[in-house]
Amino acid sequence: MVLTADEKALVSSLWCKMNVDEAGAEALGRMLVVYPWTQRFFDHFGDLSSASAVMGNAKVKAHGKKVLNSFSDGLKHLDDLKGTFAHLSELHCDKLHVDPENFRLLGNVLVCVMARHLGPEFTPQAQAAYQKVVAGVANALAHKYH
Amino acid sequence: MSLTKAERTIIASMWGKVSTQADSIGTEALERLFTSYPQTKTYFPHFDLHPGSAQLRAHGSKVVAAVGDAVKSIDNIAGALSKLSELHAYILRVDPVNFKLLSHCLLVTVAARFPADFTAEAHAAWDKFLSVVSSVLTEKYR
Repeated sequence: MVLTADEKALVSSLWCKMNVDEAGAEALGRMLVVYPWTQRFFDHFGDLSSASAVMGNAKVKAHGKKVLNSFSDGLKHLDDLKGTFAHLSELHCDKLHVDPENFRLLGNVLVCVMARHLGPEFTPQAQAAYQKVVAGVANALAHKYH
Repeated sequence: MSLTKAERTIIASMWGKVSTQADSIGTEALERLFTSYPQTKTYFPHFDLHPGSAQLRAHGSKVVAAVGDAVKSIDNIAGALSKLSELHAYILRVDPVNFKLLSHCLLVTVAARFPADFTAEAHAAWDKFLSVVSSVLTEKYR
């Protein structure tokens, strides 16, 4: 995945406008609501029985925050996502047993969350840059699977 | 996969807002599709795809009008889109993967324009609805 210098600048400048903790909570929550089968990894999170239960769930929020802060670190290393996420890739394969398709689902939900927060500033060009980023991160997280 | 009563209510109420900007939403969704997923342009070699082109606007309108038809006949989407389903199966033959891409771009467009209305429930209902529309449009493929 190759981003132009302009795309990298766009990615950084828009990311600065996001509240990463809140966006993480929202993205993870929305994924669990929109694609309920993804809840399979979170039986221990308590009440996920309705959209409001999910979005208000403290464990969902905490985990969403963790996930997006990790993604945020990745944004600082767009030229070496595979290296940056190598360890997490092994973890997701060997310990967590997460189908990489879930990374793509979360990536697309994150794009929707960004659109919701940024409105018209999330132009088609901004979306295109972010689709490359989320695809790159998803691929990096799947890279060590065996 | 069928839509619950609650989902149908959400979709109908959001459609009320979406329909007021139908044409520009359709155009924007297509622009997003072609920018994020350039391979989708291969279906439109005969079009001027520059942002704001008359053809893009006309096609965007058509697409959202069809979504509107599905909303109005939400209890029988297959019936409402039967002709469109045949068109896609026998003439257009757009690879099924592309329906997911366009659906995603429609959601992004709606999220950007109606942030307060695009709740987690609305997101879920619309994603599911567009997935049903996509299934109907590809059900005669083989």
